[in-house]
Amino acid sequence: MAELTYRDAVAAGIAQEMKRDDNVYFIGEDVAAAGGVFKTTGGLLDTFGPRRVRDTPISEEAIVGAVMGAAMAGLRPVGEVMFSDFFATCWDIVANQIAKTRYMTNGQVTLPLVLRSANGGGLRFGAQHSQAVENWAMAIPGLKVVAPSTPADVKGLLAASIRDDDPVVFLEAKSLYAVKGEVPDDEHVEPLGRAVVHGDGEDVVLIALAAMVPKALEAAERLRAEHDIGCRVVDLRCLVPLDVTAILAAVGATGRVFTVEENPRLCGWGAEISSIVAEEAFYDLDGPIVRITTPHVPLPAAESLEDATIPSVERIVDTVIKEQSG
Amino acid sequence: MEKPKGWADEAKLDETTRLDLYRKQSAIRQFEQRAYDLFLQNLVKGTSHLSLGQEAVAAGFGAAMRYDDFTFCTYRGHAHTLVRGASMTGLMAELLGRSNGILAGKGGSMHLTSTEHYAMGSYAIVGAHLPIAAGAAWAAQERGTGQVSVCFFGDGTTNIGAFHEAINLAAVWKLPVVFVCENNLYMEYTPISSVTAVEHPAAQRASAYGLESLIVDGNDVDEVYGIATTYIERARAGEGPALIEAKTYRKGGHSRADPAKYRPPEEVETWLARDPIDFYRSRLLELGFETAVLDDIDAQVLAEVNRATEEAKAAPPPSNDLIYTDVWADGGSQWRN
Repeated sequence: MAELTYRDAVAAGIAQEMKRDDNVYFIGEDVAAAGGVFKTTGGLLDTFGPRRVRDTPISEEAIVGAVMGAAMAGLRPVGEVMFSDFFATCWDIVANQIAKTRYMTNGQVTLPLVLRSANGGGLRFGAQHSQAVENWAMAIPGLKVVAPSTPADVKGLLAASIRDDDPVVFLEAKSLYAVKGEVPDDEHVEPLGRAVVHGDGEDVVLIALAAMVPKALEAAERLRAEHDIGCRVVDLRCLVPLDVTAILAAVGATGRVFTVEENPRLCGWGAEISSIVAEEAFYDLDGPIVRITTPHVPLPAAESLEDATIPSVERIVDTVIKEQSG
Repeated sequence: MEKPKGWADEAKLDETTRLDLYRKQSAIRQFEQRAYDLFLQNLVKGTSHLSLGQEAVAAGFGAAMRYDDFTFCTYRGHAHTLVRGASMTGLMAELLGRSNGILAGKGGSMHLTSTEHYAMGSYAIVGAHLPIAAGAAWAAQERGTGQVSVCFFGDGTTNIGAFHEAINLAAVWKLPVVFVCENNLYMEYTPISSVTAVEHPAAQRASAYGLESLIVDGNDVDEVYGIATTYIERARAGEGPALIEAKTYRKGGHSRADPAKYRPPEEVETWLARDPIDFYRSRLLELGFETAVLDDIDAQVLAEVNRATEEAKAAPPPSNDLIYTDVWADGGSQWRN
């Protein structure tokens, strides 16, 4: 075990898979010589050389399209889209081509590829460099969607995403890049589609993803220590495949469900989970399902405004207390 | 801009090649004509975009490609898929939405694909497949397979971003990809000249990416075959991509819904007089080929089209079970446990 930052775990995950499989290639804007604008991919160029780790022009359609074509023709490529907001510039290739081609060709085409991107707010970049777009990807049949919350999961889930034979949108929480955590030195692969449940509180479950997981964990601790409310936190880790079994088990154990979502409210992933819980675990519920989300607004830039927009520990704590005392 | 001369001479066409070029054009013509007849009988649903009048481009390139070179084409892709050797029954049945369709009915006319023949797909969003074709070429380059990507698209594609992004990347990385613009003078219903800043929408953009400006008579299959051979082999030899503009013309409208009444009658008359198949047949007869040999090819093709039509019509619609297959590589569609 070594202590790595979330950002260093990205390079560790890619390096592990590039060593294992010569068909793994990595391309993107500023990813090779510069090591990535978030310094997530430093050292890869030196280790694997300029053919396997390659800078591209600012051409998201070319990056994502090249990754798709290469995956059709024998590589297992990883492409970086610098900010997840930029998926909007190449969404045709992601949503119409990558996601649908296997289905439309009756299984003739297999696309083992990963599109990595820095997702979400917290760095005061304003509305075009801070969106949490996981619900965009979740809405498209044919895309797997992964969003880790810890350095260990960055390495393990990125490895699994690269090994997976389906297209994976891998969303890194840019506000977590500096966070440190223990990461296995040896080969580390975490299976896709399995949530992690923290704690064994029996009052409420907080269901969270990526940057919202540490906030939910902190809120859970405060609720326990200061208000005697027992929480468990489900770290989804993947939206597709979705670990409904873990969700329903946590609902059954607690009876109150709160989702903590960074995506804007309408059609956020928590809406789908609320629907599943309402359909499949209605009689386990002791009260309404409550969604704690970014409101349905573009994200503002100023520090004070951004902090007041994205769900905070305080908002989670206050919402749970209000619901539990009501 | 002068049309380059002598591609056909350079290719040194022999008798077998010429008959193959004739056969490929005849196959496209008769397949597409049958597809049109089946629309009129309401047996083909949805939409469909025919290559009637443009046969020489797909035929010439198809004949010039190595068996494992990649084809990427558009929603007007029946021809390009057919010439790679895909099953005519499979293609016809796909148009009819039958279980023996090449995509089992899940793709339809605009997405014909036969990866076993390296026909890597028909892409129905204008421009999307240019970067994808570049990506396949990138994989071929890295894996050292010697494969070349050949990417067909229409004149309308030259004004969309993906066209420029893909050609730039291909040029910078010196990828083995040949981009082929089939300029049939109309982007859907609108004259390309009325919405494009230059006269030759692909060829005049080539210099922006350090590529040669290449125009070929897309209705002369010998010329197409010659330029195709030259630039595919250059790409295979590591000399990088090419962008070729083939001037051609649709016999009919953009899609089944379009009677193409917006085209000036003189223009239509001029181009229809240059029908690529009539033209090629005359050339072959002048060169001493027997009428009976050509008629025999046409008859063989007709028999194949008839058989494909009957086999397609006789097949049932696909099973509804297919709705839930092949979203994922495990064959299924599960998104949750």
